Amino acid sequence: MTNDEMTSAKTKNDPVEEVPLGSVFAAKAEERVSVASNWKLVWWRFRKNKLAVISALVLIAFYIIVLVPDFFATQDPEATEAKLAFIPTQGLNLFDGTNFSPWVPAVVGKRNPVTLRMEFKIDETKKVPIRFFTEGFKYKVLGLFETNIHLIGPQDPKSADWIYLFGTDRLGRDQWSRMMYGTRTSMTVGLVSVILSVIFGVLLGGISGYFGGWLDLIIQRLIELLQSLPTIPIWLAMTAALPQDWRPEQVFFAITIILAFIGWTTLGREVRGRFLSLREEDFVLAADLAGCSRFRIITRHMVPSFMSHIIASSTLAIPVMIISETSLSFLGLGIRPPAISWGVLLQEAQNIQTLALAPWLLSPGIAVIIAVLAFNLVGDGLRDAADPYGH
Amino acid sequence: MLRFIVQRLLLLPFLLILFSIIVFWLVQAPPGDFLTSYIATLASGGSSINEAQVEALKRQFGLDQPGYVQYLLWMESISKGDLGLSLEYQRPNTELIGERLVLTIALALFAFFITWAVAIPAGIYSATHQNSLLDYFFAVLNYIGVATPNFMLALILMWIAFSNFGLSITGLFSPEYIQAPWSGERVVDLLKHIWLPAIVLGIAGTARLTRVMRANLLDELNKPYVVSARAKGLSEWKLVWKYPVRLAINPLVSTIGWYLPQLFSGSLIVATVMNLQNIGPLLLRALTQQDMYLAGSILLIYCFLTIVGTLISDVLLALVDPRIRMEGV
Amino acid sequence: MNNQTALLSVRDLQVHFLMDEGVVKAVDGVTFDVHAGQIFGIVGESGCGKSVTMKAVLRIVEPPGKIVGGEILWRHRSKQDGSAGDPVVDLVKFDANSKAMRDIRGAEIALIPQEPMASFSPVHTIGDQIIEAILLHQDVSKRAARQIALQMFKDVGIPIPEQRLDEYSWQLSGGLRQRAIIAMALSCNPRLLIADEPTTAVDVTTQAQVLRLLRRLQAQRNAAIIFITHDLGVIAQMADYVMVMYLGLVMEQGTVNDIFHAPKHPYTQALLRSIPTITMTPRISLPTISGSIPHPFNKPRGCPFHPRCEKAITGKCDARTPALQLIGEKQLVSCFLYHDAEVAA
Repeated sequence: MTNDEMTSAKTKNDPVEEVPLGSVFAAKAEERVSVASNWKLVWWRFRKNKLAVISALVLIAFYIIVLVPDFFATQDPEATEAKLAFIPTQGLNLFDGTNFSPWVPAVVGKRNPVTLRMEFKIDETKKVPIRFFTEGFKYKVLGLFETNIHLIGPQDPKSADWIYLFGTDRLGRDQWSRMMYGTRTSMTVGLVSVILSVIFGVLLGGISGYFGGWLDLIIQRLIELLQSLPTIPIWLAMTAALPQDWRPEQVFFAITIILAFIGWTTLGREVRGRFLSLREEDFVLAADLAGCSRFRIITRHMVPSFMSHIIASSTLAIPVMIISETSLSFLGLGIRPPAISWGVLLQEAQNIQTLALAPWLLSPGIAVIIAVLAFNLVGDGLRDAADPYGH
Repeated sequence: MLRFIVQRLLLLPFLLILFSIIVFWLVQAPPGDFLTSYIATLASGGSSINEAQVEALKRQFGLDQPGYVQYLLWMESISKGDLGLSLEYQRPNTELIGERLVLTIALALFAFFITWAVAIPAGIYSATHQNSLLDYFFAVLNYIGVATPNFMLALILMWIAFSNFGLSITGLFSPEYIQAPWSGERVVDLLKHIWLPAIVLGIAGTARLTRVMRANLLDELNKPYVVSARAKGLSEWKLVWKYPVRLAINPLVSTIGWYLPQLFSGSLIVATVMNLQNIGPLLLRALTQQDMYLAGSILLIYCFLTIVGTLISDVLLALVDPRIRMEGV
Repeated sequence: MNNQTALLSVRDLQVHFLMDEGVVKAVDGVTFDVHAGQIFGIVGESGCGKSVTMKAVLRIVEPPGKIVGGEILWRHRSKQDGSAGDPVVDLVKFDANSKAMRDIRGAEIALIPQEPMASFSPVHTIGDQIIEAILLHQDVSKRAARQIALQMFKDVGIPIPEQRLDEYSWQLSGGLRQRAIIAMALSCNPRLLIADEPTTAVDVTTQAQVLRLLRRLQAQRNAAIIFITHDLGVIAQMADYVMVMYLGLVMEQGTVNDIFHAPKHPYTQALLRSIPTITMTPRISLPTISGSIPHPFNKPRGCPFHPRCEKAITGKCDARTPALQLIGEKQLVSCFLYHDAEVAA
């Protein structure tokens, strides 16, 4: 951001107009800059954007959860216990007085004499001690080895007082643990569908831009046609057409393909535009004259020169996919239970009465907002950094 | 430009036919048909219908015919202005869609006007008061606005209204007007309810448009014509409004082409959450019930609205920008 | 330097740009006078502060630029005739966007901007933009304003003016656009016309035509012109009096004759040496000024030109900044080779 302001301020004012971007340090940095690779330059510029760096760390945290959701979960996400429905969130405290001794307040349940339902309240006076790296249910790490170590859990795994960091839903399932699994699905859907979009987009956009002619015409018309389709209704119609008896993994891949189906067009257009302008560049002509094959020219000369832009655009496309998946699943036409995604979890929050009773059911929505925010900030940072020599 | 618009208008029927094929293929793609899911629903309710009834229903809706015949039958009735019969409701689709379509368009247009009415002044303020407190405030609002899925925003607002004020802010009408015929009071009642869903629907677009307006205006403010206008002795505000703002808005006009369609289809989600009687929830139900002629018709309407939205943006762009208007006349 | 007769007297003007990385002293104490009917040339390399000086005179310096010191004394037009007795006002004391300043800007001091190509809004007709300027400063009807604009178009030699008024700038050729810009600047009969590199963007033939036009109009209307350029050839053709700037400071000023035939400052001498002439020995490399303009954040101490100066006096030029002093009859030079006066710190 500050970089942008600098440049804009400079173009505005005559005295510094012709001076290249930089400051007193320019001369010292000059040599370093001129020998650095493109990726290094992008990284240097990206690093200056504090907000983007923090967001990148947030995303890394999210993807660590994606790798081992079980480790962060405190319970089996499918375990239902009707008696323990709608337990409120128990805030995590790290210190007891001044000593490091993590605890959560206990919950006490009372049966409501009118509705005959169990109602739970936080009891701040009673503390449930917590331990890190505690034992819990068994799971496999990345399908490789089995363990039962979890990040967090009650000090005594056999105690009656369990912990519900984000409360429970109407079936008494632990919202926190379900969020961890939901994170895995939703973040993966976003990533995979964008990867698919990039593959389609680069392939078709590249063909269109490099070869031109009738191929270009056909691909252009196809992109226009797809872009003039109403996105959400068509997505809904497509997901509604998925057979009901498909397994969760099948549905998962079908959803990513459906999301990528329209998503690739924007990238395709961009790649085509880049190819068209690059084709005129001298270094491509030089490679051609030097006898490089077309394949080599494309893969070794053209694609690397706009790779950073593609990455920036893709980063900005992921949040769109995440929101789309969440929305579709929320409407009941995306990922289907028993698979868990943020959208599936939010289905539980659809009823306003339930929501008033258990606002913590909105927590997956907060996760969506944080993830999308982080992706957008990182994407913006990358886009600005992708232009290392300034605008 | 005129030629371009005429060209687009001539292309419209072909595009619609193409879309109708895609749409029809999509709605009849799921295994089974309406009757299988209908029988399943009946069975889960404990009742059933006999073989003869099923056969009769099949014949009535042409479900015993091959797909292309079904399509042609559907097309035939559409060409007569009849959208067919809903399998589930046993009523003409035109009747079912009718008012809901009006409400869909009204909601989208409302959201659109709110977007522009907020985003343009906010963008101008941000650009002319770069790095001011309000500029940062708008920037934060922008990021949050873009990051919040609109159903999430709807849920949060509904929850706040319900748990703090005991209010239910769903629906487009007060209960007494839901079934009432159109009248002045009903329109007033609609206006009382429509603004909240319109804000929910338009917030992401508003956030984005504010940012684009700010960036465009900052670009324009650095252009030489601003200096020459200033040197004329024009006052700063008059100058900003007459020249750079006008030029910064021009490219925004082309965003209408994707924004209006996005509002039309985005209203589907908001409508479902906030229980609005537009074509969105109807489509959702038709899709899950495999009420294929109804679903197909609604999808086709969405396609039509999308194309019209793009067309409107092209015409507007030509109207505001002489450079485009005069090209190729 | 006679305040009594000068139309514009700039005294020790300082314009600084307050940026995140530090302060850029774009104009660092500039003093000069422009008299009625004079063509005053300003030369200097890119970034020497010549455009900023002029923007300051018009009070249209954009933030983060700010006038931090000095006076801009302007002989305000109170009566129709331009005789002495008009009140002198200090433009620095006005608020940049005040009514009083705006009444002077455009009406009394007009600008021919740097880029005629982009100086008209592309979505408003040229007529609209010129008539706007006329209506701002003259109490006439819209119709009369259109007549004035039409007459201006005829004066600057635009064919079929009636039709051109209703066209957009991008429909006009570069030369016509340039003429339209001049017409707009002259539409309110300014006493001073600031032409900021008006001919850099047009071809040589058009340039010659435009220069001739400017001289003719100046003679007809007895307006003063400040002519900014980096092209010494153009200055020699146009100007009566020349000021040479370097890094926000005045190096030398004098009549066009003195500057071109008896340059005193080493910088002026170096500039003149680097012009190719027709009589020069062919195939030898043109003398250049060694080094390049320092970064504005790194302005050298002392005389700003001393790192590139062949005659720099070590211990003097790099420590103290020479002041502008009268040498001979009309020539002013800021160089320790000629005097010992320095700028007060």
